[in-house]
Amino acid sequence: MTSLQMPKVQKSTLLNREKIINDLGKILKFENILKHEDEIRPYETDALTAYRQKPLIVVLPETVKEVSNILKYCNENKIRVVPRGAGTGLTGGSLPLEDCVLLGMGKFNKILEVDYKNKCVVAQPCVTNLAITHAVQNNNFYYAPDPSSQIACSIGGNVASNSGGVHSLKYGATTNNLLGIQVVLMDGTTVRFGGKTLDSEGYDFLGLMTGSEGLLGVITEVIVKILKTPENVKAALVGFPSIEDAGKCVSEIIAEGIIPAGMEIMDKALTKATNDFSKAGYPTDAEAMMIIELDGTESEVSELIQKVESIAKKNKCSSIKINKSKEERLKFWAGRKAAFPACGVLAPDYMCMDGSIPRGKLAEVLKEITRLSKKYNLPVANAFHAGDGNLHPLIMFDANNKESLRKTEEFGAEILKYCVKVGGALTGEHGVGIEKRELMCEAFNNNDIQQQVKIKTALDPKSLLNPGKVYPILRKCAEEGRVHVHGGKTKFPDIPRF
Amino acid sequence: MSMEEKQNFQIFQDFSGSILKPTKEKEISEIIKECYKKNIPLEILGLGTKKSIGRNFQFEKTLDLSHYSGIIDYKPEELYIKVKSGTPIKDIRNEIEKNNQHLAFEPIDFGYLFSGKNDEGTIGGVMSCNFAGSRRFKAGSIRDHILGFKGINGRGEVIKSGGTVVKNVTGYDLSKILSGSFGTLAVLSEITIKVLPKPESNKTLFINNPHLKKGLDYLNISLSSSSDPSGAVFYPENFRSFFTFNDLTFSGPITAIRIEGSTSSIDHRIKKLTNELKVTSDEIVVLSKDQSDIFWEDTRNLKVFSKLKENLIRIVIPPSEAFETLNKLKDFDAKYFVDWGGSLIWLQLDSINTKMLKDIKTIVKTASGYLTIIKIEENLKASIDVFTVDPVKHDISEKIKRSFDPKRILNPGKMYIGI
Repeated sequence: MTSLQMPKVQKSTLLNREKIINDLGKILKFENILKHEDEIRPYETDALTAYRQKPLIVVLPETVKEVSNILKYCNENKIRVVPRGAGTGLTGGSLPLEDCVLLGMGKFNKILEVDYKNKCVVAQPCVTNLAITHAVQNNNFYYAPDPSSQIACSIGGNVASNSGGVHSLKYGATTNNLLGIQVVLMDGTTVRFGGKTLDSEGYDFLGLMTGSEGLLGVITEVIVKILKTPENVKAALVGFPSIEDAGKCVSEIIAEGIIPAGMEIMDKALTKATNDFSKAGYPTDAEAMMIIELDGTESEVSELIQKVESIAKKNKCSSIKINKSKEERLKFWAGRKAAFPACGVLAPDYMCMDGSIPRGKLAEVLKEITRLSKKYNLPVANAFHAGDGNLHPLIMFDANNKESLRKTEEFGAEILKYCVKVGGALTGEHGVGIEKRELMCEAFNNNDIQQQVKIKTALDPKSLLNPGKVYPILRKCAEEGRVHVHGGKTKFPDIPRF
Repeated sequence: MSMEEKQNFQIFQDFSGSILKPTKEKEISEIIKECYKKNIPLEILGLGTKKSIGRNFQFEKTLDLSHYSGIIDYKPEELYIKVKSGTPIKDIRNEIEKNNQHLAFEPIDFGYLFSGKNDEGTIGGVMSCNFAGSRRFKAGSIRDHILGFKGINGRGEVIKSGGTVVKNVTGYDLSKILSGSFGTLAVLSEITIKVLPKPESNKTLFINNPHLKKGLDYLNISLSSSSDPSGAVFYPENFRSFFTFNDLTFSGPITAIRIEGSTSSIDHRIKKLTNELKVTSDEIVVLSKDQSDIFWEDTRNLKVFSKLKENLIRIVIPPSEAFETLNKLKDFDAKYFVDWGGSLIWLQLDSINTKMLKDIKTIVKTASGYLTIIKIEENLKASIDVFTVDPVKHDISEKIKRSFDPKRILNPGKMYIGI
């Protein structure tokens, strides 16, 4: 594990372990308290596997009342708590602390209600993102945000990290598709924000909680909006002779008043890698490849795909294919979705960055990444959610070589700083966690961070809930951490990442 | 005198008046710092178009932001516009219309209600109140279109959150908590809003239907339809006279559904929707773009409540509860119309007393909804709660308020007593 400063361990908590176990045994079933090393080990990391730490104990409550009592007890006894959903987060947001009670929400895995009249689903937080769509798809509804890990990630975790997906430009992220939550605060208070209504009364706590990375409360129930499945979906696979042309095409599509469901760009390195890996039939001679997906009513999609085609041609596209069948469209995406494993084949390790940039700065940012790639002598491939400006550079390196790891981390930090410099953000959808904690001062000044910390302490005065995450402990800038994949093995190798 | 002293002197001079009109962010910050130091409660105002929404409260000075106005940066291809908080919505609209873009959240124009004429106020006011128009169920509310902001908290510190990109999960999403906070947490200075392409065209399907229940069913079916509507309202017969359109030949209540998008797809979608609703061609009329635009503009303007002397309440409930709720509200001699496909009720009451209000609140609460009092007789205002809040949320609201504005100098008591 790379060294990472976490809040100072409270020795008294470690010494009181047996007492804490006994006390918690009065709150929840003993079999739901995991204390042996082999039971605890699976919880020592999330999908940011470079960092590992076994918690003091793991508790797996079954009811909201239990969650409330656990938090109340921990608050009264100054014991730190780290909440955890499915553990698929990429930034160490649920990395345990040595002296923490890890609150695993895994037993909250039921869909409580499907309500078509109000077009929403009420679910417990550890229901997977995809299970929500599965519950309603027979009636032609779906849940819009689609993070790539949707087969495994939990809906509560989606709320905590405000997960996006490839369709965020048109459909928004979790925050725009969430109607209500039930939350337990650190002092044990159970409260509902929002409900089955579109707006909710008073301060928008629902919006504040979404994306707060488990620092403000533990989510115990979620109400999400479901949408009618679009009547028609069409995709175009387009090759361009330069990144600039692809970028211009994106701008022109938007200027024409078209908001595609998804627009994905891959650079030449990634196009070639994914095509070799998945035989998706990509134009490997193109400098940039783009998938443009449109959804909506039959008539609208047919009309817009023609417009997109003519815009692509006007912007010197070197090739264009429009899907003729659903299978063909899924094949377009299969290559894109295999982008990460494809990089795993090219190098022993890769690190995935998650910056956001203004769409128009793509060419400039990629140029800078190419320059940095030469400077650090490390190959890089780029995937870009062009619709919403989310850039995922994949830096390839060899972690067995310490110098290579150090250089990769420096390279990654330089990319993120550049994203901020051109008007973008440090993280588009993965969150801050511990991974980008020390880079927060690139985006925020002291006042900004202090205001956020004051909100935290207003709801959790003793800073016991998920401490050490998101906000820099010493407010210094450093370069550390990223999504690091060794030998193609992520924590969840079967989950697609894009 | 040093530059700094000169500046402070300048601010001191300006500070003596009861209405302060800063033109720079630094001035806003200095004023608030001064008020923080001296415990001076402030009223925060834009153009004042929504000033009377909320509780009456005590203040010593007014911070008028109408002179802090102007577009800072507009990037049509990046789909955002960054403006100073005192910028009138009208100016933003005029600017983005040049690129055929619009504010998809259709902010409610309260000008007609309070003064009988179009007046949407400033973007700062619109964000602070967060009252979205008819496209709410499809496009989201104002809070969903705020990409980032800068503001000054109750300590006079300039703070920011978000940015100009749609995907950004860096730190807490403060744009949300500030939206709809009625100026009680921070004074907004810069706001970045998402702009979207204006739909190429739109038409509105009117269904000849005398019944509320059936009307609500039509709205509900429409919202579950893949025809993708962007507006769904029901006006009872007593508001019928406010709408005169050549093509609208029916008498009786109005059940209206808007379809927007590319010109060629609209007719197809209306036909499809008509089939889904199982209505015949005799039962419907379709308003062309020009007439449809006027109809939805009138809805956004709350035209039926123009220069309303009486009381107006905004009720938000799950759509499944709309019929039952309206049935119960019948006893109160109220006029109403339904928006958001059944989720929003605007309720006009000719007379009101605290007992009635209490009963209405109970009805709305039973329906798992909430209400906001938009307009009420002044003599009642002091004794009633304008915003609904339960004790637990009141307690949390108080803590959040303190984290932004520890001395309670920004619009204190505007939303709740003690907050």
